[in-house]
Amino acid sequence: MTKVVYNGEMDPRLCKDVIGATVASLSESDPDVIFLDADLMSCSGTLKWSKTTDRAVDCGIAEANMAGVAAGLAAAGFKPIIHSFGTFASRRIYDQIFLSGGYAKNDVTVIGTDPGVTATMNGGTHMPFEDVALYNALPGATVIDASDPTCLQSVLRQCVNRPGVKYIRVGRKQYARIYEDGAELPIGKAVTLREGTDVVIFAAGIMLHEAMKAAASLEAQGVSAAVVDCFTIKPIDADAIAAWAKKCGAVVVAENANRHGGLYSMILEVLAERCPVPAACVAVEDEFGEVGTQEYLQERFGLTAAHIEEQVKAVLLRK
Amino acid sequence: MELKEKQALEAFALKIRMAALEAIHSIGSGHVGGVMSISDTLAVLYGREMRVDPENPKCPDRDYLVMSKGHAGPAVYATLALKGFFPYEELKTLNRGGTRLPSHCDRNKTPGVDMTTGSLGQGTSQAAGLALGNRLKGRNNRVFLIVGDGEIQEGQCWESFMFASAKKLSNLVVLIDWNKRQLDGYLDEVLPMGDFVAKMEAFGFDTVKVDGGDVEAIAAALERTRNGGDKPYAIVLDTVKGHGVDEVENTAMNHSMPVTDERFANWTKELQTKLDALEG
Repeated sequence: MTKVVYNGEMDPRLCKDVIGATVASLSESDPDVIFLDADLMSCSGTLKWSKTTDRAVDCGIAEANMAGVAAGLAAAGFKPIIHSFGTFASRRIYDQIFLSGGYAKNDVTVIGTDPGVTATMNGGTHMPFEDVALYNALPGATVIDASDPTCLQSVLRQCVNRPGVKYIRVGRKQYARIYEDGAELPIGKAVTLREGTDVVIFAAGIMLHEAMKAAASLEAQGVSAAVVDCFTIKPIDADAIAAWAKKCGAVVVAENANRHGGLYSMILEVLAERCPVPAACVAVEDEFGEVGTQEYLQERFGLTAAHIEEQVKAVLLRK
Repeated sequence: MELKEKQALEAFALKIRMAALEAIHSIGSGHVGGVMSISDTLAVLYGREMRVDPENPKCPDRDYLVMSKGHAGPAVYATLALKGFFPYEELKTLNRGGTRLPSHCDRNKTPGVDMTTGSLGQGTSQAAGLALGNRLKGRNNRVFLIVGDGEIQEGQCWESFMFASAKKLSNLVVLIDWNKRQLDGYLDEVLPMGDFVAKMEAFGFDTVKVDGGDVEAIAAALERTRNGGDKPYAIVLDTVKGHGVDEVENTAMNHSMPVTDERFANWTKELQTKLDALEG
């Protein structure tokens, strides 16, 4: 049983440091693990380590080539992990990762940092709201929105030995601590963070913290809200989703991405086929990103606990 | 090169053309022009230069071919069938439902095909990754990358060339099929590419230009790529799109052509006559 230790406090670790340390340790224990970056090693916490090994390759500012080189390395027997900011790790290399990676069965792990509003000061050009939808459309892909540093570490370890294209979106900075250090989170299994009976909130990534705050506030108002971590967006844990929907009879999805093609869409597909209950979402309403602090952007795009509460109340009226 | 070896390679090239035409004819049409222009090079690669084993097509220590101009698949399939990677008769399944021989090369379908290509430019990065990976694995093999001249209009090619040069991938040989034509017409009309030799040299490649219809010249150029060093190699193949069959050569828009029964009979006869002359 995965131990949930959420208490609203931040995990002291920076995710970029977790990426750096995990990649280095994976490479140490398995010489087939190789890491590629496109001039963003400073941002993935791998720069210092990269100077000590031939298993780290800086490809320069040429992401499409990096994706293809990774495919070639996979064909030569390696387990490549590539990194760039989420926009470039999805949109910019999509045809390469789709064909040279997925279609050609060259297994590659892709880390896209600064998903959604966590791109903050880099602004709209660097703010991927669509990365999830793009990778969801790649047959056989695994799509992860990491919950916290422990989750990131666990999924990254699993991804290197998992077939297909794997996409992990994660911010570089701090996350609210959700899981006990060292916990293993099997890919494809949703995790219950909080029990509830009136409504279930399915969330991922930075929205877990907001969902937990919303659930606590709702409890004080007499609404029992469950919170379920859907860090694996694809393959979605359809059984868990259908069971929770059946139990609570109302669903709210919270995601740091466009409402079209992401976690909300994946969950609605399950609900439509297995348990049609009223549902609503807190997600980006089909907009482009913009610059600002994360606090400003979460408010701007409605990605807050308060917005989740609003949607919960609205969906309960439709029960 | 001894005359006997030269004639054998020329005969192999003719047989590749005939076999590829047989495959394309079986489905009615295909990328005839670019198949014909690269046949001589494939004959030298598989007839002389590359270490491959039809009995063990996935051997990690083999030499790799990345046909980045993936639409030349039928030329590769013809070559592989003639080398015994799969039965010759299978060529007639080209592009039919469930076939192992799709129009564009697929490493998961065809025995002996090393990489999946078709979205132009992508094979170049894959080849660079293969070359880097083979070097890191300590393998003493080479990667032969065939790119179309029109294909090099894709920006990804230049990214990968920079990368190959920066990483000193001397186990990578880039062969440019400079046949002067692309789908919409001549390169010089669509998007002129200038001097490939100067461009590749500027990108850090050890570069030569040869007559891409001359097996002896191709063989000599490939032989010098055995030397290692600290640069990747480029061979600019001066070729003619449709080379080997007069009617195809003289058809302006020969990128993809129908191969009717009549054409197939005439073209095969032309190639067979040349083959008979060679084999006496």
